[in-house]
Amino acid sequence: MTPRDPTERDVELLESHETDIFAGFEGDIPGEPGRLETWIRAYGPAAAAFVVVLALWEILTRALDIETFLLPKPSEILDRFITNAPIIWGHGFRTLVEALGGFVIGGTLAVAMAFATVRWAAIREGLLPFAIAANTMPIIALAPIANNWFNVTSPLSKMAVVSVIVFFPVMINTTRGLFEVDPGELDLLRSMAATPREVLRHVRIPNALPYFFSALKVASTLSIIGAIVAEYFGGPQDVLGQYILNRANLFQFPDAWAAILVASILGIAFYVLIVLVERLAMPWHVSLRATEGG
Amino acid sequence: MVAGTNSRERGRGDGVSDAVVVARGVGKVFGTDTDRVEALRGIDLQIARGEFISLIGPSGCGKSTLLRLIGDLLQPSAGELVVNGKPPRQARLDRDYGIVFQQPTLLDWRTVRANVELPLEIMGVAREERAARAEEMLALVQLAEFADHHPWQLSGGMQQRVAIARALGFRPALLLMDEPFGALDEMTRELMQQELLRIWTETETTVVFVTHSIPEAVFLSTRVVVMSPRPGRISAVIDVPLAHPRDVETRESDDYYRLITEVREALRRGETGEGRR
Repeated sequence: MTPRDPTERDVELLESHETDIFAGFEGDIPGEPGRLETWIRAYGPAAAAFVVVLALWEILTRALDIETFLLPKPSEILDRFITNAPIIWGHGFRTLVEALGGFVIGGTLAVAMAFATVRWAAIREGLLPFAIAANTMPIIALAPIANNWFNVTSPLSKMAVVSVIVFFPVMINTTRGLFEVDPGELDLLRSMAATPREVLRHVRIPNALPYFFSALKVASTLSIIGAIVAEYFGGPQDVLGQYILNRANLFQFPDAWAAILVASILGIAFYVLIVLVERLAMPWHVSLRATEGG
Repeated sequence: MVAGTNSRERGRGDGVSDAVVVARGVGKVFGTDTDRVEALRGIDLQIARGEFISLIGPSGCGKSTLLRLIGDLLQPSAGELVVNGKPPRQARLDRDYGIVFQQPTLLDWRTVRANVELPLEIMGVAREERAARAEEMLALVQLAEFADHHPWQLSGGMQQRVAIARALGFRPALLLMDEPFGALDEMTRELMQQELLRIWTETETTVVFVTHSIPEAVFLSTRVVVMSPRPGRISAVIDVPLAHPRDVETRESDDYYRLITEVREALRRGETGEGRR
């Protein structure tokens, strides 16, 4: 294969190909900057910064001769990340199951509770202040208690902690979204003699979606953090938290860092998944109009 | 201008037997005993089928409050209101009126078409019928080609036209408009006034229109109701016998200027408290 410079024609082909894939998306106007170009403009600076930081890290740890147990070199971490891949990804999977399980349980209960606050004023007035107070508590401190309640060896004990962590921000935000509705829209629905159920369906729920998704984004990263920290308090050994703890105790810090890298990747992937679902669910929202299409 | 029969197809109502809105001694007080504001006092008004009534007055004269009382978005503290021969609440439940606010209040998550269909959907109109009516209404406000756009892709004037299409889609007996063109620039505003008159003529609906613009009130109305504040009350009712259809020439006619002066003087008298009825 003889490498050659990409010609303008190639770039055009690439762009038209990209455009075809996303045909039908609004904002895909011919003559606008190509997708590739837009992506590079949008993500180029962050990617460059990432590479620079890694390079500096590598150079400085070598130049200053920093001990591995203080701060391993990126190359060492990468080495362990590759050689230990089957183990740490296996652990990562089990941690992810705990995080996802807790996320689904906590999120479902939170949404159910948010709808209950719309239906029954007593719940809104009686329980919401406590929910807001509970949201400020360091819920992770409950982990040893959850281990006691749900059996330390069961993933349920970790899911319980995660679900409590996820519950409060999702419930509080969704409730706000269901209530912070434009009064004009409520007047409008009233003029149409809409029932409370129709107001919920046509105004309150769509209005709550942005609030709900911003809470889910926070909750997605919190759920991975919650699962790992809950694992520090004991349980099966084949999970990320216990692995990080054990390798750190044995001064095998590059192993611990490699596991942390797995946790980060899982956290980011979870977050990105929520963002994608958000785009599908509410393409009309003001925050997404500029980014959809070209 | 304000005469006619029960049949809306044949012309404008005679104003007595065929009243769409009747207000008798209507008053409205906001707040509690310690902090009360009397927004309206002793409102007597009759609006005949097919009329175009403007409520005009300075801020705080209660013109929007009166509109919201007619639309059952507020309840009167005194007196009696009858809309389409029944209490306002029943009229609202029967979907006797469409309403247009100063803000278009379109739902961002719905397309233009779906926004127009919303009241029909809530009324349980069948899908095909909804689509047909939305089509018809969007053609009426000349936005047919924008049916599949989202509201934020439209200009302010276009959004307000969608709101008008939505309010008229279920063919209400009464169209309530609360400063609908207040947020638009002067050029768009005059175009919209022209559009609204055309729509009013074509649909033969009855309109109650709140504004603080004297030329707007005169250009649009069959009668201008002049209100004055503290407490809000009707200080004058001025007939506008300008011929239809009204257009740019109407705006340049002597009669038009004379009526504007008449309304302005009525407003001034109301302000100084001389013109109380």
